Amino acid sequence: MTQVAAEVRIPRRRFSLGAAWRQPLAIAGLVIAAIWILVAIFAPLIAPHDPLAQTFTPAKGPSWDHLFGTDELGRDVFSRVIAGSRVSLPIALVLVALAMTIGSTVGALAGYFRGVTDGALMRVADLVFAFPAIILAMVVAAVLGKGLFNAALAIVVVAWPSYARVSRGLVLQVGESEYVQSARLLGASSRRTLFRDVLPNVAGPIFVLATLDLASAILLLSGLSFLGLGAQPPKAEWGSMVAEGTQYFQWWWIGTFPGLAIFTVVLAFNFLGDSLRDVFDPRTVRRVEPE
Amino acid sequence: MSTLAVEGLRVRLPTPAGEVTVVDGVDYEVQPAEVFGIAGESGSGKTVSMLALLGLLPEGSAVEGSARFGNDDLITMPRRRLRSISGRDIAMVFQDPFTSLHPMLSVGKQLTEHVRLHLGLDRRGAEERAIELLADVRIPDPRAALRRFPHQFSGGMRQRIAIAIALACRPRLLIADEPTTALDVTVQAGILRLLDRLRREHELAVVLITHDLGVLSSVADRVSIFYAGRVVESGNRADVLQRPRHPYTRALLDALPHPEAPKEQDLVAIGGAPPSPGRIPPGCAFHPRCAYAVDECRSVVPPLVPVGDRRLACPVDPFADE
Amino acid sequence: MSALELSDVVVDYHGRGGHVRAVAGASISVERGTIVGLVGESGCGKSTLARAAVGLVETAGGTVLFEGRPVTSLGRRTRPAELVRLQLVFQNPYSSLNPRRTVGSQLADGARGANVAELLERVGLPSNAIRRYPHEFSGGQRQRIAIARALAANPSVIVLDEPLASLDASAQAQLANLLKRLSRELEVGLLLISHDLAIVRHVADEVSVMYLGRMVETAPTLPLWEHPAHPYSEALIAAVPRADGGGVLPDSLPGEVPDPSHPPTGCRFHPRCPYAFDRCTVEEPPLLELSGGRASACWLQTEGRAPAPLPNLVGTESVE
Repeated sequence: MTQVAAEVRIPRRRFSLGAAWRQPLAIAGLVIAAIWILVAIFAPLIAPHDPLAQTFTPAKGPSWDHLFGTDELGRDVFSRVIAGSRVSLPIALVLVALAMTIGSTVGALAGYFRGVTDGALMRVADLVFAFPAIILAMVVAAVLGKGLFNAALAIVVVAWPSYARVSRGLVLQVGESEYVQSARLLGASSRRTLFRDVLPNVAGPIFVLATLDLASAILLLSGLSFLGLGAQPPKAEWGSMVAEGTQYFQWWWIGTFPGLAIFTVVLAFNFLGDSLRDVFDPRTVRRVEPE
Repeated sequence: MSTLAVEGLRVRLPTPAGEVTVVDGVDYEVQPAEVFGIAGESGSGKTVSMLALLGLLPEGSAVEGSARFGNDDLITMPRRRLRSISGRDIAMVFQDPFTSLHPMLSVGKQLTEHVRLHLGLDRRGAEERAIELLADVRIPDPRAALRRFPHQFSGGMRQRIAIAIALACRPRLLIADEPTTALDVTVQAGILRLLDRLRREHELAVVLITHDLGVLSSVADRVSIFYAGRVVESGNRADVLQRPRHPYTRALLDALPHPEAPKEQDLVAIGGAPPSPGRIPPGCAFHPRCAYAVDECRSVVPPLVPVGDRRLACPVDPFADE
Repeated sequence: MSALELSDVVVDYHGRGGHVRAVAGASISVERGTIVGLVGESGCGKSTLARAAVGLVETAGGTVLFEGRPVTSLGRRTRPAELVRLQLVFQNPYSSLNPRRTVGSQLADGARGANVAELLERVGLPSNAIRRYPHEFSGGQRQRIAIARALAANPSVIVLDEPLASLDASAQAQLANLLKRLSRELEVGLLLISHDLAIVRHVADEVSVMYLGRMVETAPTLPLWEHPAHPYSEALIAAVPRADGGGVLPDSLPGEVPDPSHPPTGCRFHPRCPYAFDRCTVEEPPLLELSGGRASACWLQTEGRAPAPLPNLVGTESVE
């Protein structure tokens, strides 16, 4: 009875994905994203061959000379994948920035003015939400005509409502918060509290959404190009390259490497977005409240 | 023989900043039909020490020490056996009557399910037992209450229902963690009277955890004062709360507004705040805020030793001659 | 003329089942330099009244006057400058400060040139708090920051909604002392809403007791404590457990607070009152003015006279 029992430890579950486990993923995401950004910046210097140049060695598998092989027209797949980063990444970044700006502004206005304005704006957002993203993007892109620029526009149309919803929700919630009420009691105007108190609290989650949205944007862009609505040949764009690859299945390298490029970039931004969410959302961070 | 005997209890919890000792060597005993009060402020470890006994700590926690309950040690017990004991032989009532009851199940369902699980009664038997329990905790019209849902009851009533569920399997030990903190003062009075009667009628040992010394004053038989994960003073309620000997106990009592004290006097506030678990000062955890600290207090952790009828963790014992 | 005067204020909430009258005609006044305590239990409407007093909530009846001027409710327009000297401190120090702004910048919201460092000093916080964020402070310290923010507006009245509720004993004592000192030194009127009678007894000069949307008694603190003139006040005082180790169980009240949307006929308290007689079930007593600056809404009292002592049946038959 006086013997102090041995220490008992409560074991961790084997596959628990706590905040600690996410760290390697976040770092991996950051590293991969950084690599791709550097590749995009230095593309002309890195690509061993001209992405558009057709050679006399078509459909050759990966070799030292052509790391990812050549496609049916003899173009170097490696160089084309690298060149593709210059297409997908910048366009995705710009279109997400645009969707984010438009969407959060619309949402903030809806949340701030409420009433009829709120109703009208959010109904428009709901209308867009009613359609599956890819279908709607296809329709808009088809209406606007082929080409990367139109495809990007189509994606902006499809992407802005999520920002509107998040931003509206936050503006409403933060607007009702006690610290905003205190500021108003002290004589601050509604507008002043909007900029000083509300928006800084809205920015975090919006940026998390944007990071995750980048992944979807790249996927959508590639998807539209795959369907022939985005990038047109001979432009080196990952989606259209994957499309080519499906036509020449026996030459697996033509479609696989661009596909892997899409995969790694999307994964990287997903990891980044996830860990950003942990940073901003206090609830997912495992806190111990000893009492 | 005591219902519960805790010895050398130490609990370390995982935090992003590493492991933190939240309970640092706690001993106490609870006798049958006794209300044992545990008092402490935030960071004192009072709730964590209870969670440790019931196996409710988060993953990665480490527990040392023993907690003898009958012939078993709760700490080293296999989890399956612990699960069968908690709810049946040991029951717990929490602070928030809003979240400790299932919002989507009727009161009757929650009671009968519990009773059937642990006592193996049939449906009719379980229902009769449920009505008996609700009557025992003074819920008006128990038969009708069975069909109602938690949200249809007030906070005080919900807490009574939670107590009824806790007592359903005739436990030997009831642990109540801040059971009245969320309730109005008149409702609290009712719950305290209820607990007092129930423990007499059912020979129930009760561990009552609270920060409110007034609550302990009214219903506890013996009390233990926790500070920064350790027990600083324990003994009979009258001894400890009327003639406190530990500087922290005394300061805590002095900080409370006394119903007969003159108003012009300021309340005697203890400077500073209780240390958070990761930042406990060396030696006696209270020494930075103590008016009677000497050199020894800064380096040596004072052991809890018997002093007269009580136990005290203060070698200085400044109020010994009072 | 009182600095803050509420007369027969009515506040309705529009919920799912129609409207609930959270405050059904309540009056209270606060002078500069005095502390008025407002006590009551859940459902009495004290928090709602606090918000109506500063304009955060619209009134459906009665008047709220601050320094003689009506307090308008805060819509989307900027609060009128003359109302800025009427401030409010919220209950929860964790949600009343913006987690993403420094303490200094939030104090500067009301400061308008006033010295932020001086404000912090007045509430007992170091001046380096200016650059720090709320999460770096404890609950008690955050509450002081909230008070400093209210002081930044150079207020003549501050309404405090349960400011001590989520604090430890030491923090409560420190804050209670601070409030007393501020009220004296700065001549600020404080309307202190609290469910903790013991603290209110220690801090307030006058106390108002609220039940189910109405005031049932008003009196200077000590006389109320020693000789309550309303059965509910008496019950409240008897229900407070004493920390003297005496082993005495506090007295409880039978029954429950009724649903505010269906208050009892006659006196709202009569179903739970040990002294109720026939008049109480039929006619609702107004707040009768008694001598000595006291008032009580009870038919046992006679208007204009000294407060009659209660028959003192409370405590002999305490139920669970």
